Amino acid sequence: MPFDIVQFYADWQTILPECFLLVWACIVTMAAVFSRNSGEGTSTGTYAIWTLIGVLVTAVWVALTPDGTAFGGTFVFDRLAVLFKEIVLGGVLLTVISSIGPVDRMKLHRGEFFGLLLFSAVGMMLMVSATELLLLYIAIELSTVTLFVLAAYRKANRKSAEAGLKYVILGGISSAVLLYGVALLYGMTGSTELAGIRNGIGDLFMASGSFPPGLTMALLLLLAGFGFKLALAPFHMWAPDVYEGAPTPITAYLSVASKAAAVAAFLRVFFVGLESSQTLWVQAVAVLAALAMIVGNVTAIVQSNIKRMLAYSSVAQIGYILVGAVAVNTWGATSMTYYAMAYLFANMGAFICVIAFSNRMGSDEIDDYAALSRRSPTIAVFFSIFLLSLAGIPPTAGFLAKYYVFLAAINNGYLWLVIVGLLTSVIALYYYATVIRKMFFPLDQPEGGFPVSLPLTIALSISCLGVLLLGVFPGPFVDLAQAAAAMLMPGM
Amino acid sequence: MTVGLPHFLALSAIVFCIGVYGMLTRRNAVGVLMSIELMFNAVNITLVAFAHYITPQDVTGQVVAVFTIAVAAAEATVALAIVLLIYQHHKGIDVDNVNIMKW
Repeated sequence: MPFDIVQFYADWQTILPECFLLVWACIVTMAAVFSRNSGEGTSTGTYAIWTLIGVLVTAVWVALTPDGTAFGGTFVFDRLAVLFKEIVLGGVLLTVISSIGPVDRMKLHRGEFFGLLLFSAVGMMLMVSATELLLLYIAIELSTVTLFVLAAYRKANRKSAEAGLKYVILGGISSAVLLYGVALLYGMTGSTELAGIRNGIGDLFMASGSFPPGLTMALLLLLAGFGFKLALAPFHMWAPDVYEGAPTPITAYLSVASKAAAVAAFLRVFFVGLESSQTLWVQAVAVLAALAMIVGNVTAIVQSNIKRMLAYSSVAQIGYILVGAVAVNTWGATSMTYYAMAYLFANMGAFICVIAFSNRMGSDEIDDYAALSRRSPTIAVFFSIFLLSLAGIPPTAGFLAKYYVFLAAINNGYLWLVIVGLLTSVIALYYYATVIRKMFFPLDQPEGGFPVSLPLTIALSISCLGVLLLGVFPGPFVDLAQAAAAMLMPGM
Repeated sequence: MTVGLPHFLALSAIVFCIGVYGMLTRRNAVGVLMSIELMFNAVNITLVAFAHYITPQDVTGQVVAVFTIAVAAAEATVALAIVLLIYQHHKGIDVDNVNIMKW
């Protein structure tokens, strides 16, 4: 094959934003190492600002890069990739802003924290563009291995170490299971590229008129692997512990960016590569979604720690997103994409409120939130908006997001799933409202208010704006989601 | 009897199951990590066997196996560092003792 300089340039052009962020991550990490060696420490704010510059430049770059495929079609840069890359970068942006306080309290390795965060973001950006299972696997590993480190980042804290251990073990298992599915799929179809797998499955079906049992096995393993990554019941056992133990900004990042990226990968693998074998996996996805909604919401009621409650709530939220996956068509993909956008702002915002609260109070217990509206009306109001959005109350983004996924499921004949979804939403409303009631209806008068720092106020305002914009003016955002979903099914 | 693809697949399935069993029953954190390595290696056997028997003309399976080995090594590095951290906190690496958080 002769070397084609034009093709070479075109290939690298599509992947340049990732390359830039990767180099930036190296610079931030190295700067942290050298500034420590030179004796004078750099302030956390400086690191954060430089990290933010990198993230913003990448975000603009991603928005300006033209669509295209690279490296023989294994890496694709389309509207879906752009949208999810921006969601991931938005998640990183809010995480960096909100982690200034918590990171500042760490004595050691403050700069590397931001560097690792960027490495993980690069992994997620590659993940949403991968149309080849090996690249997808490497991208998933790049994002999770850095997150293992970040989860255990508070070295002096026993809970953080425990979170790291649990995450690394479950992450390893899930990778192995996912990879076994990939290997079987490769054996069945002779390809690791999604297009090749799609054709291979078609050939298999044509040859015998049914699907071989090996394919079912491969699909179940893939689904289990994705289930672990998405923290879907019954593969969610690691999530609450890791969420509680990890530094809160990392918890937020884990629950938003890494899940959004995994949703994009799920869409590509299942809606494109495995679309023709949907009779084998749609039922399983429906059952997993129902389980996630039930287990997540019911277990969240009894939690006394706000981070654990939000962990179980995010298990349920992923269940709601997957309700859209039972409609293997453009509508299903659109609703899931829209949900991912709504979820980004609402969940991120909720965690930022938790960060703002624990910055001042040093506590994550729900009982300590009592009478918060007297001490910090800002946090109380913002937190209520985010929780209502998670619960799906209009006019917030969560309402339309839930409406769209339920609509997609009903149109595909999954009424029972929607009924489960609606019933569990009522349960969800109960525990979200409990927190809100605690914040606004105090029995006693606590003394002393506390202000919210400027970066956190900005992050909260961005999230709140996102939640309300998505809820009140959904038009442009639905268009974006639709354009993204159309990439999955060019024929429809 | 000639050794063919089914034998390799059976071997890898057995190794994978041993890995799952070890991961569930081992109480030593390093033992758990070794079980996970077993699971990865089972996958590698599958990949290389498929590459040899299904697609002899290209090397995709072997390439994936090489990448898997490299990634597993990177993951093991981080995992062992975290085990070391656990050791400092708990003066031992029995995973049963690592349970401050429950429910």
